[in-house]
Amino acid sequence: MRRAAWAGLYALPVAFLAIFFFHPLLNILGYSLAPQGQVDLSVLLSLANSDYYRQTLSFTLWQAALSTFFTLLLALPSAYVLARYQFRGRNALLSVAALPFILPTVIVAVGFQTLLGDRGLLNEALAALLGLETGPLRLERSLPLILIAHVFYNYGLAVRLLTSYGASLSVRYEEAARTLGLGTWGVWRRVTWPLLRPALSGVALLVFIFNMTSFGVIVILGGVRFATLEVQIFYQAVSLFNLSSAAALSLVQMGLASLAFGLYGRWQRTAFPIQTQSEALLRRPSGWGARSAIGGIVIFVVLGVSAPLLALVWRSLSWRGAFSLRHYLSLLEGETRALAVPIGVGVTNSLILAAVAVFLALMLGLLAAHMLKRGWRWLDGLFMLPLATSAVTLGLGYTLSFDQPPLNLRGSWVVLPILHALVALPFVVRTVLPALRAIPPNMLAAAATLGSGPMTRWWRIERPLTTRAISISALFAFTVSLGEFGASLFVVRPNLPTLPIMIYRLLGQPSRESYGQALALSVILLLLCALAFFFMERLRRASGSGF
Amino acid sequence: MKFLSIFVLVLSLSLSAQGQERVVTLITHDSFNVSEDVLQAFEQESGYRVEILRLGDAGLLVNQAILSRNNPLGDVLFGVDNTFLSRALKADIFLPYESPLLAEVDPIHLLPDETRVTPIDYGDVCLNYDIAALEALGLKAPQSLADLTQEAYRGLLVAMNPATSSPGLAFLLTTVSVFGTEGDYTYLDYWADLVANDVLIVDDWETAYFGHFSAISEDGDRPLVVSYASSPPFSLDDEGQPTTASVTAPGTCFRQVEYAAMLRGTDNEEGAQQLIDFMLSRAFQEDLPMQMYVFPVRRDAVLPAEFAEFATVAEEPAMLSAEAIDQGREDWINAWLEVIVRR
Repeated sequence: MRRAAWAGLYALPVAFLAIFFFHPLLNILGYSLAPQGQVDLSVLLSLANSDYYRQTLSFTLWQAALSTFFTLLLALPSAYVLARYQFRGRNALLSVAALPFILPTVIVAVGFQTLLGDRGLLNEALAALLGLETGPLRLERSLPLILIAHVFYNYGLAVRLLTSYGASLSVRYEEAARTLGLGTWGVWRRVTWPLLRPALSGVALLVFIFNMTSFGVIVILGGVRFATLEVQIFYQAVSLFNLSSAAALSLVQMGLASLAFGLYGRWQRTAFPIQTQSEALLRRPSGWGARSAIGGIVIFVVLGVSAPLLALVWRSLSWRGAFSLRHYLSLLEGETRALAVPIGVGVTNSLILAAVAVFLALMLGLLAAHMLKRGWRWLDGLFMLPLATSAVTLGLGYTLSFDQPPLNLRGSWVVLPILHALVALPFVVRTVLPALRAIPPNMLAAAATLGSGPMTRWWRIERPLTTRAISISALFAFTVSLGEFGASLFVVRPNLPTLPIMIYRLLGQPSRESYGQALALSVILLLLCALAFFFMERLRRASGSGF
Repeated sequence: MKFLSIFVLVLSLSLSAQGQERVVTLITHDSFNVSEDVLQAFEQESGYRVEILRLGDAGLLVNQAILSRNNPLGDVLFGVDNTFLSRALKADIFLPYESPLLAEVDPIHLLPDETRVTPIDYGDVCLNYDIAALEALGLKAPQSLADLTQEAYRGLLVAMNPATSSPGLAFLLTTVSVFGTEGDYTYLDYWADLVANDVLIVDDWETAYFGHFSAISEDGDRPLVVSYASSPPFSLDDEGQPTTASVTAPGTCFRQVEYAAMLRGTDNEEGAQQLIDFMLSRAFQEDLPMQMYVFPVRRDAVLPAEFAEFATVAEEPAMLSAEAIDQGREDWINAWLEVIVRR
């Protein structure tokens, strides 16, 4: 194929980003800096001068810092052990720990509500145990519950990143230090900790970003009284109809996120200088201490991950204290008051939208990865940007855009898969690019010499060698689309709701029936995501690649 | 691209399965209800199928209608009330329509020089209480807003977020009108005291009334709720006596009028107008009280017996002019949020 044709194909992902990412963000910029068409900084200045927004900002950072602190507090010892010892089920344990990270926020929120809420399972059990009328826990709409959910979310990610980094550190440094006469504490303080510190700050930064932009968890578990920036943007735009304030807040959010991601990028370039050892050098645990540490971690992970999910499943299967399929059967009943479409239709729509999103994300992601491999390296950061943009900011941007010709898409269903594909795009590029780069260049060169064009080379060499990476990213894009909440909430049309939106709507209804339906739907969504995750992990295990 | 076009095809097929029918779409709030037979009679008579989209509470309804004005979500909007009206009028999302049935409407509900909205019902937003629960606590019903900040009423009230809920906003406006925005003790001081007295704030009226109000909800533990003076007829026990009552003392209620309007950008003006006429018909107006807990605006509408007996009208509802509401609303809500949100 001609060079020009390639350029045309490469233009697709770039144009996609320009139209569906930068254009809405520029609209936000416009709204916040020039609400009436002329430059007017008064909205931004009034935000800066308002105690309330300063408090919102500090609460946002404070809860993110606390969440990050507790996540690392739990993840560090786990990773320390997992990076050292090999034992049966170690890989499975790492998989289980990472499961929460791909779960939709609505599921996590509902799971913790059913486990720790005012009428949650734990409260009921405690009440029965202590002979009280109502449970003693009052965690609903409280900071601790938000923190617990955030830790649940990020613990596995942190453990995984820290473990793979820790396992790559050679034990030889430590052994050398020991030979030179340092004690256990000395080795930790003088060798292990300095080696670990940069990785730790990188992971901390990443977890911090995720907590800072957390939306679903806070909006469902916290309510009006816990407004982070992200939640405040939503309230300002959708509840108060104060678009210029919302836009100004988004600008602050974008600024913070880019700052954090800039730092993260810098760390990523500098943090992995020492990689001298493969995981093969993991030791077998010997002695009572190591075994009980491993046992403790296994129990903690299995219990921690499964408790809220089991509570959710349990609650979805019970009605007035007895086992019942009632909630699931009621999903089939057709019309519900709160939803414009029968639930079955909603589920089907959600799956179709997810399929379209996967298709878009793959097509654009593969083109982008190909382009980046061919030396357009400077564009690398560009395709990572959607990752640094909060969901609500994107949603707001879409709200301010696409309602006028030539791109009058707001009334159309395509806007959701486009949005979801945009969110999934960085992951697709990040997964496919290393696989493409791993293909020996001379293999492609040989094929070219033998007369095959780029398309043939792609089809006969690159595609088969990257199938696994492509499948993993397809599954990931699928879970992203199925679970996306914050941005979808802005652009969704009531007659075409997605699964998380339906769950959120049903949760907001006061009747027990609706709540039961929300639980049953959450379980269905959970099963879909868990299934996708299972296949992803199998593929990943087989290919041996990291996150 | 082939896949994409197949998807498009499947999706558009699944969406337009009932494309041949004549449909008129009503966007409204979650509290909208109409008797099946009343609606069916209209559908048969007019030949339109009415599709009802409930979009959350009244505030969200209006905002969503404005945000999607270039791609309207429906043909008719029902449920914008005098507290949110100016926002919708300013955004100019409605088309003028003067129903011939306006002649039957009590003139006090008509807006002078405004043909874009049609009044449908009204009600007074007042405190409601669980009669038995207050008795068990040895408490009398509160007789003023100030009572609610007393220790005795600690943790008893559930109210709504005025940003999302129109009765919630109405209650906020009551406090504004009673305590004022300036002086030693403003409405914000009052709300700070309410928060200190453990008021529960939820996003919408349905959640408050059906989810937390002890007289109505199995799970409810709050014997006081912000609701309507017309709510008690819906809480009758087996002997036909109400289990709840409303406080209608002067300075505790706010009058709300709900309007219907045709959405700008509709491609079905005729259907929209017929639907609005239907809402002013006697059949719909007499169905209203037992379906939505409100009073009809039509003078000749006959009230159901239990409604006539137990529903009340506020003695002196708090008054704020439409202009004052329009100018103050956003600031009051924002200031309210600042008081409510945990520091």
